[in-house]
Formats: sequence, C-alpha cells, structure tokens
Amino acid sequence: MNSVIRIIAQRLGLGLLTLLVVSVIIFGAVELLPGDFAEERLGQAATPEAVAAIRKQLGLDQPPVTRYFQWLGAAIQGDFGVSFGNNLAVAGQIFGRFSNTLFLAVLAAAIAVPLALTIGILAALYRNSIFDRVANVGTLASISSPEFFVAYMLILFFAVLNPWLPAISNIHSGMGFWHKIESSLLPALTLTLVVTAHMMRMTRAAIINLLASPYIEMARLKGVKPLRIITHHALPNALAPIINVVALNLAYLITGVVVVEVVFVYPGVGQLFVDSVKRRDIPVVQACCLIFAAAYILLNLTADIMAILSNPRLRHPK
Amino acid sequence: MMITFYIAAVLVGCIALSYAFRLLGRTAGTSGSRKLFRQMPLTASFGIMVILIYAVVAIFAPIVAPYGEAEIFAATNASPGQVPEHLLGTDQIGRDLLTRLIYGARNTVGIALITAVLTFVLGATLGFLAATLGGWIDQLLSRAVDVLMAIPQLIFALLLITIVGQSTINMILILAVLDSTRVFRLARAVGVNIVVMDYIEAAKLRGETLPYLIFREILPNATAPLLAEFGLRFCFVFLSIAALSFLGVGIQPPLADWGSMVRDLAGFINFASMNFSLALLPLLAAGAIALLTIAVNFVVDWMLHRSSGLKE
Repeated sequence: MNSVIRIIAQRLGLGLLTLLVVSVIIFGAVELLPGDFAEERLGQAATPEAVAAIRKQLGLDQPPVTRYFQWLGAAIQGDFGVSFGNNLAVAGQIFGRFSNTLFLAVLAAAIAVPLALTIGILAALYRNSIFDRVANVGTLASISSPEFFVAYMLILFFAVLNPWLPAISNIHSGMGFWHKIESSLLPALTLTLVVTAHMMRMTRAAIINLLASPYIEMARLKGVKPLRIITHHALPNALAPIINVVALNLAYLITGVVVVEVVFVYPGVGQLFVDSVKRRDIPVVQACCLIFAAAYILLNLTADIMAILSNPRLRHPK
Repeated sequence: MMITFYIAAVLVGCIALSYAFRLLGRTAGTSGSRKLFRQMPLTASFGIMVILIYAVVAIFAPIVAPYGEAEIFAATNASPGQVPEHLLGTDQIGRDLLTRLIYGARNTVGIALITAVLTFVLGATLGFLAATLGGWIDQLLSRAVDVLMAIPQLIFALLLITIVGQSTINMILILAVLDSTRVFRLARAVGVNIVVMDYIEAAKLRGETLPYLIFREILPNATAPLLAEFGLRFCFVFLSIAALSFLGVGIQPPLADWGSMVRDLAGFINFASMNFSLALLPLLAAGAIALLTIAVNFVVDWMLHRSSGLKE
C-alpha cells in the first residue's frame, strides 16, 4: 500500500511541475510580444508619458522574473489581473462561466461514457457483424467531422425543423436544474457524438485485444456464454485501458468545448476565451489558458493514477 | 419524412458510386493497381474516389468555377436558385457562393497540405536527429516536446495567435510547430529501433555524414509508419484549420475558405423551416470539410489494416 501512495505522490508532484512549466510558457510567450504590454493596451493612444505611467501602474518596470512570481502568486490566490477590454477583474468574469462550462462537460460525460462503453462492448461481442460494421463506419465518420458540422446538423434537425430544443443555450443563474439541462442538451449532445466515437473504438479494440488471450479461449472451451466471457473475464482485465481512454477523451472535451460554446452561444469559458483572443485581451487569454491547461493536466494525471491502481504490474516498474 | 428519404438516397448513391469506382479500378489501370482494387473494401474505394474529386476540383478551380474568387455582383444575399446566374446564391457583399465553395477547396485543402508537409519535415527531421544523436540533444528535444504537449493544442494555438497576431502565415507556422510534436514522438520511436541496426553501424563506420544517415539510411526504412501517420496528421491539421477559421482567427479574407464560410452563413440555418435550401449553404461548406476527412480516414484505416495484417 505504501508503494501506491508513494507513486501517487510522485505523479502529483510531476503534475504540479508540469503545471509550473506551463505557467512559465504562458507568461513567457507574452514577454515575446513585439512591443510592450503597455503599448498594446493603449493602442492608438500610446504617447510616451501614458506608456510610462501604465508601465509603472502594472509594475512593468520590474524585471520579468519578479513579475512572473507576482503574477503566479496572484493567480494561485484567484487574482488574474484586470481585463484590457472593460477594466473588470478577470477572475470575476471567469468564475460564473467556469461553473457553466463544467456543467456542460459533466452533462456530456454523463451521456457519453455509458453510451460508448455499451456500444463498444456490443461491437466487440458481435464483431464483424453488420452491427459492428455500421458502428465502425458511423464512428469513423463522426470522428472525422468538425465539431461545428455535427452541431449545425443537430440544430437543423432538433431545433429548426422540429422545434424540440433551443438552438441557443441561454443559461443564467436563476434557472431550475431541468430547465438548465434542456438548454444545454444540444451542445452536450454535440460533444457526446464527437467523444463517444473515440471511446467506443478504443473500448472495442481493448476488449478484442484481450479476446485472443489463452484464458479467454479456456473459458470458451469450458462452454461459457459469449456475453459472460466479456463481462466476467475480458472486462475486468480491460478496465485499465478503458479508464485511460475515458479520462483521455474527457481531456479532449476541453478542446471541443471551445468550438461548441461558440456555436451555441453558450456562456462558458470557451466563448470568453475566443472573444478575448479576437480582442487580444491578454490577461483574460492567459487566465483561460492556465485554467484549460490545468484541467487537461489534471485529467491526464487521473488517467495515469487510475491505470496504476487498476494494474498492479505498473506499480513495480522494472 | 422527405429528409430521411433524401439522406437514404444520398447514402445509396454514395455506395453505388464507390462500387462503380471500384469496378472501374478493377478493370482499368496497371496490373498492380488492379490487384489493389480487388482487395479493397467499399469504404476505401469511396475514400480514394472522394480524394481524387477534391484534388481535381482544387487543381482546376479557375476552370471549374463560374466566376473569379473575389468577384462581386449586384445581387447580394440571393438565396439558392433565386437568380439564375448564381446557382447557390450570393453572400452579403454579392460574391457567388458556388465559386467561393470551389475556391475553398483550393485554399482550405492547399493550406492544410502545406501545413501538414511542414509539420512532417520539422517533426521527422528533429525526431530522427534525436534518435541518431541521443544524449543531451535527445533529452532536450524530448522534454521540450513533452512540455508543448501538456497544453491542449487548440488552446495553445489560440494563445500564440493572440500574441503574434492574426494572419494566415502565422497560423500555418503555429500549427506546424505544435503538431510536429506528435510526428517527433513517432519518428523518434521508429528511429530508435532503426539506429541500433547493423547497417547503420556499418554506415557510421564508413564515415557517412549525419544528413546521409538520416535521409538515406533511416528515412527509407521508416516510410511505412510515417505515411499512415501523414494521413492522420493531415486530417488533424485540416480540422484544426477549419476550427480556427470558424472561430475567425484562421485563414483571413479575401481568401475563400470553408471554415469562415460556415461562420458567415450559419445564421441561415434558422430559416430552414421556411426555405430548406437556405440551410443547405452552411451545411455544404461544413459537409465539404467533413467529407474529405472521412475519406482520408477511410483510406488510412484500410492502409493500417493492410500493413498490420490484422485478422480480428
């Protein structure tokens, strides 16, 4: 048991280190900006005096290393500075949107994970049947489609031609839970379609990989039913790769969320991020980047730790 | 009900076309290509057919398209079929949409191809270099790649675009650098296995230079995995470019491209219940992106299956 805790602590430390390096990159990339933070902020109105005043106000006259630690220290305490666009605190703008994005991601995951596992197991069970072929072609097609194509197709069929669901996700804090789900169902379905395909294919591959092993053959020779072989013999051993696949695909949601939020005008972090990129609102972009990167690293870390927990062989690296 | 019928008709049409294309491939061409077509599943022949059509349209865009790329006409915001001269109608400032769609093939696919090639040259060269030299260079490159891969790609690309500014060239360079990390990993992994071979040892003893080792000894033996990877990378780059253009920070006007066409025309979808052909416009552009990636994926899937000799 001790070794498990040690390995987890090791991985957590590694994750923190990665996050630190990422924060250096996010900060350092802005340092490479031709010109200056202050000039960028003032735009046309950049007289030498105004630039000097802003530089003093933002502390730009100090060396980069000092500023980096000031920025990082503030960011850890939830202070991401002030937006260029509207002079509001970045943290205040992000906070409400972050919970919206999280809600969308959780909803998408709640639909996608059971669906993908079921289809994946069925496809492995009835492999090379017509069901498997259709699932294979269907998932390949949905992996290949850009998110916005899937999104607009769903809008066309479920919002415009049959007005069942709203085409624009108007989420606000006063909404009831079910109402909120109804409004974010279309974006969640879009994400589901994109992510399910990956998960299902990998689940199928993981199980089929195992079906060639001798103990499965033994079970088959004993006369165990095919479904029981999969649920009792193959699935427990395929758990490690499957958990890995699920976590990795949830990490993929982070990228997907940006495009989908723009399509559905969903009030989340992704939407804010894209708007800020267009306005070159650097403090907001930095903060969003840090949040997305942290979520990404966290999910990858979870995948890693789960894999170690579910497979004892990984605990004793040679 | 009508729509289900249309979708079924399109699906059946695709299957029939790819079947006919495969039959054609089996009877025409050299004996090698005939043999290839004989073993080919329907999905792969569909993929090859679509890729060929795209290539022809992209190369001969000025001949195929009815008008010039940025030519502006008097009729603005015409819906499909409203003005007989403009088959698919015109956009807000009066550009012919059929023309834009055809030129989009050239720009979107062309730029994605350039980016993918750049990605490969960069990633494979550095990967083989790391594999051949080893030591601290290998460590340095590998750790740098690890760090670059720790940030989700689209997010990182958006950050870099904010910093260097929006332009088509910037987008190509940024995507090439970010995506080359994946190629680097593969090239290094393949290269490490090749470097320990005896013939590399022999070449080193002959006193061959480093470029010779990389391009004449290692590269020819690593083409098979790299080729399949190229198809996947192309799809990935293509989708990234489409996403960035859709978000408005990718390919910049006046170049016609599908991602920004979808963004500009997306509003029309809301009028589909009144006039279905209006919804067709953004979906055609988005569908053009989807169709090409699906086709490439079908072909890559078949190639991987063939080269691995998998019998499931």
